[in-house]
Amino acid sequence: MMKSHVWRPLYAVIGIVALILIARVLVVPDSFGVHERGYMYGWYNKADEGFWKKVTVKYKSSDYCKDCHSDKYSSIMQTPHAIIQCENCHGPAMEHPENPARLSIDKSREQCLRCHSRLPYPTSDRAKIRGIDPDKHNPGIECVACHNPHKPSLEGVK
Amino acid sequence: MISRRDFIKYSLQGIAAIAVPVTAIEIINPSKLFASKDAREIRWGFLVDTGKCVGCGFCVKACKNENEIPYDINASRTWVERYVLTKDGRVLADSPRAGRDGFITGRIELGQGKYQDIKNEDIEKAFFVPKLCNQCENPPCVQVCPVGATYQTKDGVVLVDRKWCIGCGYCIMACPYGVRFFHPVYHTAEKCNFCYHRITKGLKTACVEACPFGARLIGNINDPNDEVGRIIRTERVSVLKDEFGTKPQVYYRGLSKEVR
Ligand code: HEC
Ligand code: HEC
Ligand code: HEC
Ligand code: HEC
Repeated sequence: MMKSHVWRPLYAVIGIVALILIARVLVVPDSFGVHERGYMYGWYNKADEGFWKKVTVKYKSSDYCKDCHSDKYSSIMQTPHAIIQCENCHGPAMEHPENPARLSIDKSREQCLRCHSRLPYPTSDRAKIRGIDPDKHNPGIECVACHNPHKPSLEGVK
Repeated sequence: MISRRDFIKYSLQGIAAIAVPVTAIEIINPSKLFASKDAREIRWGFLVDTGKCVGCGFCVKACKNENEIPYDINASRTWVERYVLTKDGRVLADSPRAGRDGFITGRIELGQGKYQDIKNEDIEKAFFVPKLCNQCENPPCVQVCPVGATYQTKDGVVLVDRKWCIGCGYCIMACPYGVRFFHPVYHTAEKCNFCYHRITKGLKTACVEACPFGARLIGNINDPNDEVGRIIRTERVSVLKDEFGTKPQVYYRGLSKEVR
């Protein structure tokens, strides 16, 4: 016959395990379990995919601007700047024009220098973009004081 | 009187009896692991053309805004590295502010406020390499997660469950590509997820959309008619750290051996 001092700790252990299992049932959602790829890659809460699908889309792409800002749109589309999304220079449009009513306008030299600061890198297309030396090309003045970002052609630039 | 031997035996049987039902329902199915490649079944993949990248950094800017990563912290889900290889064999690489503001000077950032000027005539090769999560077929970050908070979806994207993540950082250590970091607001592991909210709506990722030069492409690699699927099948592409066996699904054109 086994003595009670042997059984008691065993009961305690069984009790604790049972509690953990009950807690698990209560806390862990049904969608948590092993999915497509088994334990190693697929042990997760399937419902969480929904969370990531619901993140708000902020960038709308240039097509969205076409109807309301048709002047800017049709102008830039005839220039080499057509490849640059409007929102790269004006920020994400999200709910514009409701909120914000106006998008930001970045007139900084740095914005243009992202591409036009000359870096003659032999194995990169960067070298093919006409570049200027920011320290020598009209320093201190905004590029857009002389160049039109939506029509960068050098014709008529002072 | 029970013998010590029997006590151990019964205890083990008891534990096994409790443990078995929990695990028995959850067994790996190898036939699912090696599901045949069906074009209708989407497997997202990415293609980076390092020759086309000019280092403007619009991709990083767009990514941070789109995915709500605080704009002024250095960490980013995607970043652009610059490599400058000199004629005397030096390899210099930098990614100031993850490339968010582009590369507007030829000076290389060495860290700790130090910079290095390189003369144009000393440059042998120089190019930009955009980086992002490789959405590995065998993601080590998912393997090491102790709580099942990071996982791979059916279409191949690795996501992080912010409610489940305990912030232990194992995944950050496990990723050979260093794409993971802690989100400074949520204090959970954070990573690129190919803009899952955009690609599942038929949109392109924010970085692909923002890139003026087509240096970034996203598509279904199971589909031979998809641009990415076709290029991966028919042209010379490579992946980063192939030897790790993680099977990355971000393919590169024009990689150089210096790129790590
Ligand atoms: C539904 C019409 C509509 C759409 C679509 C739209 N806008 Fe606007 N936008 C407006 C209105 C209205 C204003 C406010 C004009 C004003 O107050 O002078 C405005 C203002 C702006 C301004 C600020 C102008 C200034 O002078 O301060 C910018 C920049 C701008 N929009 C860019 C964009 C871009 C880029 C897109 C596309 C991503 C876009 N808009 C899409 C209607 C629109
Ligand atoms: C290369 C950066 C760049 C791109 C790309 C760009 N813009 Fe602009 N945009 C500017 C700058 C800089 C200004 C301010 C110009 C100025 O003050 O002379 C501006 C001004 C504007 C304004 C308000 C000022 C005005 O003259 O009415 C609107 C509206 C606008 N842009 C819309 C667009 C739209 C729509 C697109 C895409 C089709 C676009 N922009 C693409 C840089 C850009
Ligand atoms: C995303 C890269 C990018 C950005 C940012 C950018 N440009 Fe350009 N720009 C180009 C490309 C590409 C061309 C055409 C290639 C060439 O001929 O150099 C070009 C051409 C030009 C030209 C020559 C146009 C011609 O027809 O001769 C000027 C001037 C110019 N850009 C000014 C600007 C200004 C000012 C800004 C800032 C508001 C700016 N660019 C921002 C990429 C860019
Ligand atoms: C004071 C007016 C002025 C300002 C400010 C200015 N530019 Fe210019 N830019 C010119 C003129 C004039 C030309 C054409 C003659 C020349 O090449 O110098 C020109 C030419 C260019 C060219 C074509 C160079 C080539 O090799 O064909 C680019 C690119 C350019 N500018 C970009 C910029 C950028 C980027 C900025 C801001 C960092 C800027 N410019 C600021 C007046 C200006």
